[in-house]
Formats: sequence, structure tokens, C-alpha cells
Amino acid sequence: MNRQISRLAAILMACFVVLFAQLNYIQVFRADSLNDHPVNSRKIVQTFNEPRGHIETADGVRLAWNIQPTDAGRLEQQRAYHPTADLYSDVLGFYSFHYGTAGIERQYDAELRGNFSTSFRDVTELLADDNLIGHLRLTLRSDLQNVAAEALAGRRGSVVAVDVDTGAVLALYSNPTYDPSSMALLSQAAAAEARAELLADEGKPLLAHSYQERYFPGSTFKMVSAASFLENDIVTLEGEELPTVRSYTPPLSDKEISNFAGRNCGGTLMELIEQSCNAGFGELAVRTGPDALIATAEDFGFNDTVPIDLPDAAESVFPTDFGNPLPSEEHPQLHENSPALAQSSLGQFEVQATPLQMALVAAAVANGGNLPVPHVLDEIVDSRGDLRVESSPGVWRRIQPVIARDLALSMVGVVENGTAPGLRRNGVEVGAKTGTAEVSNGDDTHAWVIAYAGPNDEGDRIAVAVLVEAVPDGGQQTGGSVAVPIADRVFDVFFEQ
Amino acid sequence: MTASRGPVHAPKLDVRGRIADKGRSGGRRRLRLRRGEPRRRVELGLLVLAVAFTAGAYTLAVLGETASIPANIGPFLVVVVALLALAHVAVRQLAPRATPILLPIAGLLNGLGYVFIARLSSGDRLAGLQATWTAVGIAAFVATLLAVRRLRSLEAYRYIFGFAGIGLLLLPLVPFLGREINGARIWVSLGPVNFQPGEFAKVALAIFLAAYLVENRELLQISTFRIGPLSTPDPRHLGPLLLAIGASLFVMVAERDLGSSLLFFGLFVIMVWVATGRALYPVTMIGLFAVGVVVAYRMFGHVRVRFETWLDPWDDPFGAGNQVIQSWFALAWGGVTGSGPGLGEPDRIPAAETDFIFSVIGEELGLFGSTALLISYLLLMGSGFQVAMRSTVPFDKLLAVGLTALIGVQSFIIIAGVIRVLPLTGVTLPFVSYGGSSLVANYVLLALLIRISHETNERSLRSRGGTQ
Repeated sequence: MNRQISRLAAILMACFVVLFAQLNYIQVFRADSLNDHPVNSRKIVQTFNEPRGHIETADGVRLAWNIQPTDAGRLEQQRAYHPTADLYSDVLGFYSFHYGTAGIERQYDAELRGNFSTSFRDVTELLADDNLIGHLRLTLRSDLQNVAAEALAGRRGSVVAVDVDTGAVLALYSNPTYDPSSMALLSQAAAAEARAELLADEGKPLLAHSYQERYFPGSTFKMVSAASFLENDIVTLEGEELPTVRSYTPPLSDKEISNFAGRNCGGTLMELIEQSCNAGFGELAVRTGPDALIATAEDFGFNDTVPIDLPDAAESVFPTDFGNPLPSEEHPQLHENSPALAQSSLGQFEVQATPLQMALVAAAVANGGNLPVPHVLDEIVDSRGDLRVESSPGVWRRIQPVIARDLALSMVGVVENGTAPGLRRNGVEVGAKTGTAEVSNGDDTHAWVIAYAGPNDEGDRIAVAVLVEAVPDGGQQTGGSVAVPIADRVFDVFFEQ
Repeated sequence: MTASRGPVHAPKLDVRGRIADKGRSGGRRRLRLRRGEPRRRVELGLLVLAVAFTAGAYTLAVLGETASIPANIGPFLVVVVALLALAHVAVRQLAPRATPILLPIAGLLNGLGYVFIARLSSGDRLAGLQATWTAVGIAAFVATLLAVRRLRSLEAYRYIFGFAGIGLLLLPLVPFLGREINGARIWVSLGPVNFQPGEFAKVALAIFLAAYLVENRELLQISTFRIGPLSTPDPRHLGPLLLAIGASLFVMVAERDLGSSLLFFGLFVIMVWVATGRALYPVTMIGLFAVGVVVAYRMFGHVRVRFETWLDPWDDPFGAGNQVIQSWFALAWGGVTGSGPGLGEPDRIPAAETDFIFSVIGEELGLFGSTALLISYLLLMGSGFQVAMRSTVPFDKLLAVGLTALIGVQSFIIIAGVIRVLPLTGVTLPFVSYGGSSLVANYVLLALLIRISHETNERSLRSRGGTQ
């Protein structure tokens, strides 16, 4: 038997050699790539005890900073947040020992820790100053964040305000919100409990609804559809008058597209926009055809991720397949799914947009067709006081200036003669488009408004999008009655009235 | 060395009788016994090293966590020293000629495991339990040495052990008694005490197999039965072996315990092969077992999940693949030298104190620590196989092989599982993992190996004495 025993010993020895080889593979050869793996949260242990810059609003409210924890353990740093930090949770995110990072804490994590990817200033810096960190100044204004939360008054929804010319985000708020300091608790048990509570909330507070969630845009999308009609010379703003009707039945369908509340409505494109006539828009969309509408929607940024400096921004969606073209004398642009295209032009069917995307639509109209690159970072100053990063205005997409001018005229018309009279304001040009988007089958609706406002001469101009989410079994809430007052309060603060 | 006079008296019962027959003087014998004692001094020295290492690791682990010297280091040391001293004195008294390697390595593994369990457990609950189980384990070790004074007595009870082994294996399936924890039905609840009878079954089955195979190995070696061109042993003698394969597969399916299934199967294959020397057996058995595994893979979700997670854990990094991925992250984070005891992040590894304790040690002690563990098991195995090779009694030899193979195969299965060399199967890491049943059973196993070693050395000494 001894021969077998020595063979057995050799076999088991060989097995252990395999284990040793695998350990070398894991602990030596692949160690770096495993440590850097995105699923691996261990690196934060290493970085957690490093100093970290603070974050403040444009008007100097310090939102996040580091403190010494009271019950230390081996953690020497703790992230603290301003008592009103829940107003900023969409942007701030959190910096948690247990659950990693989110929001701007993730986006500018390296800079907050003092790692500036831009060229370093002198060689000595590499050797000397280990404690150099970066402080962020945001474009958000605390007064606008405050009024957004107050005006929403606890209802689920989003308020986005953007500087028309620079793309600086002045307000980015959505309900429900959460307190970032609850996620940043050092005690694992406490942090886990806080997180479980947030995850269990059906309102998904951890999601930044203002730019990470999509909704039917409803009639606010008509500004995009109208741009397409104009670009493709289907109508002019004050040219052809469409018949005044109660509803429109697209070809290939027996399902009517009715005007809001079954009202009679028609006229020029200007009047269609002012009164938000669904029937007329449906007819014009069928005439325009899918290719042109898809192209215009994508010109406005649909089917692409908004290039905001925040992680995980959602893409707004316009459907891209309406079937094959069908030969038709009466309807040259007829496609198999033209009825769906008619619905899409009203911001229904499968069209979905983030509130941020819709605010950018308003900004593009006000900005002569230039859709700005939105950003929440204003500048980064290092702990020695040197400016390290400064945001600069950029243009994401361009619409023809003549088209933008027509759209601006029609949005002013909506305020002067149409569905958003509540936004009228002395000495300031205000344009708006309301939306009342149907959700699934019920009567419940999202209330929307997109608007811009600015002095007729020189001065800062602001574009906003307001969404108040449909309340289950809450019935109709129209953009004009529910969303417009919120936008108006934002304008009040912006123009200090 | 007045204390060393103790062992002089204890084992002399049978020895003296024989020597008296030969008419040799008691004084001469005493002299010979003292010559055997260097083994015990070596053992004592190694045990001191094991205690020093354990105490050092404990201090570092507590320092790493709280940055102060542990207040309970005194009582801790007293307990460790007392338990190992007790075991050492028992060996001196009851098996003085046994190899000095086995006990210190077990003590080292046990101590190291305890340190990391204490470091992992919040509120010291697991640490307290593990300390209690260590004490029970040492008591079982001493009791086994006391109860099994001669191995031949075990051989006589072979079928009792056989039935006991099967019975223990099936015990968790008994309604009301059996408990399912974490998907595996391998627990038995008796009042407040939960234990895994499978851990004890493995020792009982090793004893049974050793005795059965010694009795039948000649029949199994001869080929008398022909099927076409193949000649095989008489199928009548193969019955129990087929039963063994069946039992392994049954454990896998009915108790959902892949690890134990693999361990039992490995034990059967190794013992049959070592006993008969015929490659036909392992080849056939592995073939049949493979067929069984393929069928189980097709039929049972839990087997399939294990295999798929093994092949691609990144497919579901937060679900099924989480354990193995966290284990890899831990080991990678440890790197070559480790994060230091108490300075890693083992809370992120699931089942850290049981199945994945190897990853915790690999994280905090690095490649150095994980390799040291591998070497410890290799030394334990080497020492066990040496005991087997030196033995001249077939039953002792085969039993030593079986017991050593249990340690070797079990440690291989679980280490291979947590580092993804094999699919992950939950068995304990012998002497290191948290778990009372495992610890006690392994100390019993160790006592048997030490008993075999002692008898072998005693016998060779006597035969040399006889030829003089």
C-alpha cells in the first residue's frame, strides 16, 4: 500500500500547488485590476480617511464638508451635510463609507480629493503638497432651490431652472428627496437602515427624478413638433389655417385624437400652439412624416444622453420606428404607424423626456436655437486658493435661428393669449408651453410647463421646466393650473419681485 | 524533567507485561522510554511557537481595530496555554511515542482561526462559542486517547461504525430533528444544541471502510468475474462500494450538501484505491460519480447554480456571484503582505467566519498568510501520510490514510471553492472555521492519528528490542 500512499500524497500536493498558483494569480498578478474593479467598493476605505473638499452653492451656502467623527474607530473623517441638504440631494448625491458615492460627490470625486487631471502647475506640487484638495462651487442658487421645494409643496415632481445663455443649472430639485447625511452615516447598521428605508419608498427618493427619470412630456413636446413642421415647410407660423374641429382621426385608424376637454379648436400654427390643439397637431404630424419628426427630435437632444456633469443622466426618448412607407395620393408621408406618429407629436405614445431635457428645449428657443450644455459646477478652487477648474458655456445642439424665433413668438403667444396667462410679467419677455400628459389609461395626468423669461434688453435670462407628477386616482391636473404657478414663483425669485 | 516521569507509568500496562515475559528489567525499560521523549520535547517547543504566534496575531488584530493593547490578552493567553497544555500532557501520558508534528499544527490552525473569528464577531459572541467548542474539542481529543487505548478494538466494531456513519449521515433528514440552514439540510437540533452529524459520520465511515477493506481487499484485488474481454472482481464484493457512491450522490441531492458529498466520495475512492492498488476502482467510481453529477446538474437547480456561478461569477456580481467575487476582492486587497490583522474589510465577505475564513486570513495576512495556511495543511498531511507509511498493521495504515485524506481533501475542497478553482461547496476549513461539530470531530480524528502513530512507534521499538 505504501506505493499508493506516496502517490496519493503527490496527487494532493499537486492539488495544493494548483491552489498556490491560483492565489498568486489573485493576490499578485490580478490584484491591481481587482482592486480597481467597478464592483469593488474597497478602495473607498483607502480614500475615506483622506481630506476632502467642501461643496457650496453659487451664493455661498456650504452644503458638504468633512468633520472628525466623534466615535472614531479607525475612520478619521466623516462627511457632513448642511441641514437643508435634502433640498440638493438630486445634485449632491452622497459620500458613504458603506455605499460608495453618488451625484456630484461621484462626478468630481477625484477633484474633491485633490487629484486634478489638468496639468499640474509646478513640479514641486507633485512632491510636496499631499493635502491639497479641491472645493466645489456649484451653479445652484439656494433661493431658487428653496422656492422650488416650497412651491412643489410636497407633491411628487421636478423643478429645473437653467441659465439660457450659459447652461448653468440654477435649480435642480425633485420630490421625493432624501437627506444625504443619512446615507453617509458611519455606523453600518444605521446607514443600512436608512438606505433600506429609502429603497423601500415607492417614490424612489434616491433617484434624481429631475434628470434620471423619464415622463410623457405631453403638449410641451409640441414645441419640438412645431419646429419640425416649420423646418420642413409644412406650414408657416401665421399661414395656413387648419379647420376648427373637435377631433382628428388619423388615416389607418378609427381612434380619434380629441382636443383637450373636447373643445373645438383650429387655425394657424400660432393659434394651434396657443390653444394647444391636439387635432391640428396630429394632422400636421401625419403630413410631416416620421423621418422629419425623428430628425428634429434628435436635433433637440432626444435619443441621446444630456451631457450634464452629473452621473447616470437618463436619455429622453422619441420612437424611431413607424413602419414602412405606404403609397398614398392623399397622404404622401403615410407610414404603417402614422397614427402613432400623430400621438407622438403630442408627447404621448412612447415619447418620454426628463424634466432637464424639456428645460433645455425652452432654453434653446430663448437662446436663438442654441441648446446649451447644462452644468452644475461653477468652479473648483484648491485649498491654496488657486482656481483649478472653471466651467465655460458650451452649445450641445443647434436649431435654425429663424425657427427658434418663430417658436419664441408662439411661446410668448401662449402667455399672452393662450394657456399660460399666469406667467405674464411686466418688462420681461416670457414664453411658455403647458402640457397635460395622460398617464396609462386613467384620467390622471402629469402637469407640465416649460418656460423662459428675460428682460427685453440686456440681462440674465432663465428657462424652466416644471413637472408635477400624476397622482393615482387624483384626476386631471392641467399644466396651466398646477405647473404654471410653480414656474411663476421661480420667476418671482429670479426677478426679485 | 520531573514532570516527564508521568508518561513512564501510563502506557506500561501492556508493554510491561510483554517485557516481563522476556525477563527484562524494569530499569532498562525506563531508560528506553526516556529515549522516546525527545518527540514530546519537540512537540512542546512547537506548541510554544504556536501559542506565541496565536497571541501575537490576537494582539495585532485587536491593535488594528482599536489601537490599544487588548485588556483580555492575559486571560486569553491563559486559556490557550491551558488547553494546549492539557492536550500535550494527555499525549505525554497516553501516547508518548506519537509524532510531535500533528498537535502543534492543529493548535496553530485552531488558534489562528480563533483570532480571526474573534476579530470578525461583534460582541464576542462567536468568539466565546468558538472558545467553548475548542475546549470541548480538546476534551474530546483527550477522551478519544483515553477511550481508544488500542486500535484493534476499533476494528472489532467495524459494522457498528458503518451503521453509525450512515445513520449520522441520514439523521438530518429525520423530520423534526433535521434542520435546513442556508439551503443545506445538514443540521440536527437537539434542544438548544445544533450540530452537523456529517462531521462525525466522516470519522466513523473512515473507520468502517478501513476495516472492511482490510478484510476484503484480497477479494477485491483478484479478478474472477468476466464480462466479455473485461475481468472484474466478483460483483458481490463491489456492493458496498456502489452503496458508497450512491450515498454520496444521495447526500448531494437530499441534503443539498455538495461539499460533504464530494468529501465522502473522495474518501471512498482514495481508500479503495490505496487498499487494492487497482486503478480500475478510482476510474470506474469517478466515471459513475461524474454521470451522477451530470444528471444532478440537469435535474437540480441548486447544483446548476453552483456550476454556473463557478464558470462566470461576473454574470451576477451582486447576487449568486457575490460570495466568490467578494472573496477575490478580499484576497486581491491583501496582496502579498496583507492589510494586517484587524485592518482589512472582511465584513464585505458573506459567511466570513465559516466557509470564507480563508479569504479573511488571505486579506489580512496576504499571500504570505494564505501560503502559510496551505503549508500547514501540507505538513499536517505529510505527517499523517508518514504515520500511515510507517505503520505495519494494514488496518492502522488504511485508517491513517483515510483520516489524513479527510483533512487534505476537505481543506482542498473549501479553499479551492473560495478561490474559484472548483465550484464553491460549503464545508468547513478544518480547525480554522467557526463551527463546533467540525472542530470536535477533527480533534477526534487527530487523536486517532496520534494513537496510530504511537502504536506504530511503540511496535517498531518493541520489535527492535525483540531482535536484540
